[in-house]
Amino acid sequence: MTSETTNTRARRSLPSMSVLGPILALLVLIAIGAMMNSNFLGAANITNVLARSAFIGIIAVGMTFVITAGGLDLSVGSMAAFIAGLMILVMNAALPSLGVGVPIILLGMAVAVVAGILAGLLNGFLITTVGIEAFIVTLGTMGIYRSLVTWLADGGTLSLDFGLRTFYRPVYFDGILGISWPIIVFALVVIIGEFLMSRARFGRHCAAIGSNEAVAHYSNVDVNRTRLLTYAMLGLFVGIATIMYVPRLGSASASTGLLWELEAIAAVIIGGTVLKGGFGRVWGTVIGVLILSLIDNILNLTDLVSPYLNGAIQGVIIILAVILQREAKAKG
Amino acid sequence: MSYMKTTLLGCTMLALSGTAWAQDDTTVIGVSIPAATHGWAGGMNFHAQETVERLEETYPQLDFVLTAASDAGAQVNDIEDMVATRGIDALVVLPFESDPLTPPIQSVAENGTWVTVVDRGLSQDGIEDLYVAGDNPGFGRVSGEYMVSQMPDGGDIVVLRGIPTTIDNERVEGFEQAIEGSGINIIDMEHGNWNRDDSFNVMQDFLQKHDQIDAVWASDDDMAVGVLAAIEAAGRDDIQFVLGGAGMKEMVKRVMDGDEMIPADVTYPPSMIATAIEMTAVGMVSNAPVSGTFTIGSVLITPENAEQFYYPDSPF
Repeated sequence: MTSETTNTRARRSLPSMSVLGPILALLVLIAIGAMMNSNFLGAANITNVLARSAFIGIIAVGMTFVITAGGLDLSVGSMAAFIAGLMILVMNAALPSLGVGVPIILLGMAVAVVAGILAGLLNGFLITTVGIEAFIVTLGTMGIYRSLVTWLADGGTLSLDFGLRTFYRPVYFDGILGISWPIIVFALVVIIGEFLMSRARFGRHCAAIGSNEAVAHYSNVDVNRTRLLTYAMLGLFVGIATIMYVPRLGSASASTGLLWELEAIAAVIIGGTVLKGGFGRVWGTVIGVLILSLIDNILNLTDLVSPYLNGAIQGVIIILAVILQREAKAKG
Repeated sequence: MSYMKTTLLGCTMLALSGTAWAQDDTTVIGVSIPAATHGWAGGMNFHAQETVERLEETYPQLDFVLTAASDAGAQVNDIEDMVATRGIDALVVLPFESDPLTPPIQSVAENGTWVTVVDRGLSQDGIEDLYVAGDNPGFGRVSGEYMVSQMPDGGDIVVLRGIPTTIDNERVEGFEQAIEGSGINIIDMEHGNWNRDDSFNVMQDFLQKHDQIDAVWASDDDMAVGVLAAIEAAGRDDIQFVLGGAGMKEMVKRVMDGDEMIPADVTYPPSMIATAIEMTAVGMVSNAPVSGTFTIGSVLITPENAEQFYYPDSPF
């Protein structure tokens, strides 16, 4: 209970700047974008940006819980590539018997979800039960999944059968009332995540474990079970993100999902979650994800800087966003 | 105990004599290439493995060591290991990057080992015995000339570039020279990093930014896949065609089938590694001279000749 009270007090005493920081950064970016290009605020561009943020976004929501509970997962990018490869292989293999239709898509989705949960459970099991550092375990599985997808693809690219791709395509590009599916799913994941983090016991347990594992343990929190759950949930979200990813280009290769783990972690931290655990903010993560994809979008829409410097601009903004919060905290 | 010792000793002796025999009669060729991290490299790995398997059968006196490195540092280690543990007689190397690989390859060459360099040249002349070169400026030039031939009245095009490297710069320079004065304007250029997802995002943004795009030089077949998906999703019909490059089998197939969006492709064959290994092997087993430079030109693939560039079994 101790950690829980500390946490509430900490949250209440947080100055508003730390909450406002990421939002301000996002607003500034939107203003810059709108000034640079008249199409920036057009419905098509907003749809593009939100839909492509969805993969990293869905994964980053799961990552928020892992990091809040004091963990880390470096394997998510490779895991997404591996699951995408697996999905494509299974769907292509089932094509002769099932034919193009809803059942085969559902089969693919089931494969993605089950594979995601299993991969997450494996990470969680090695970290909690076997007791190896999260950094090392997920560094290991990162290499394993990346090699597996390269091996499955024989070094090349796994492509979904053309007919199947045409049938599955609407899952990325279509939606309800002009809002495409990835955006809807992303929104649902965020709502569920926000509820779990700020209203449910699970979120409080994650924060408690992240801030002080021993205290959490003595406060009757099942530390290992909660940790395991955060990794399994992240795995599930990686599976869901892959379900949205595969219909876009219908292919997976060794370069799929490259550096997604770092983008997801960066988004979580920009959003105000503490890297060493103990405090997490799902809505902040969403803002972090949007900031990251807007930077890319704006750099593509304008000719302000040499494309060689895109990475540098991104780096500066990530650091600035975090400094903004730190400054605010120190002043408060 | 003593029995065990004798057996062990016997085994060691046998193993030793085995090694000695191998060193005397077998010529060892080391092949060091970058790992299959993207489509083209995947194809190159495929062709390297296939060639090594085939040549080991053809020439029993040859033994091959094939390594694939994930970065320049790892490749240096691979080459050092080959020299130290396998005593290679010849090295076929596709350098990850020219500068960091030049000194280690030079020291291999100084030991009297035959060196064949593939695709990327070393930063110092005269180290290698045989250079099987890809033609990057030529790749850009052939692409540019095709653009000019397809758009005699000029037009506005966007260009997707690869990972910022010398290769990419040479290609783009060759392309720009070829379209100079033709009335074709490059209205935008951005790095798609030879990656499908990145090029998809870049193309989506180009489509938002420009109301009229006449054609796209995707400069790579993987990037062309992303570009096509973005155009299809946006439902734009102002773009007449997309020109990729490298010769990925799916794209060659589309050229063969007369797809209007993919009317042609420009080769940069990953199978050039096979040429290099093959020529090195010939040099090792025969008196045929194979030293010098062998440039593999970039060829335009059109519906007429597409069939001879279509390898359905290759992963690329």
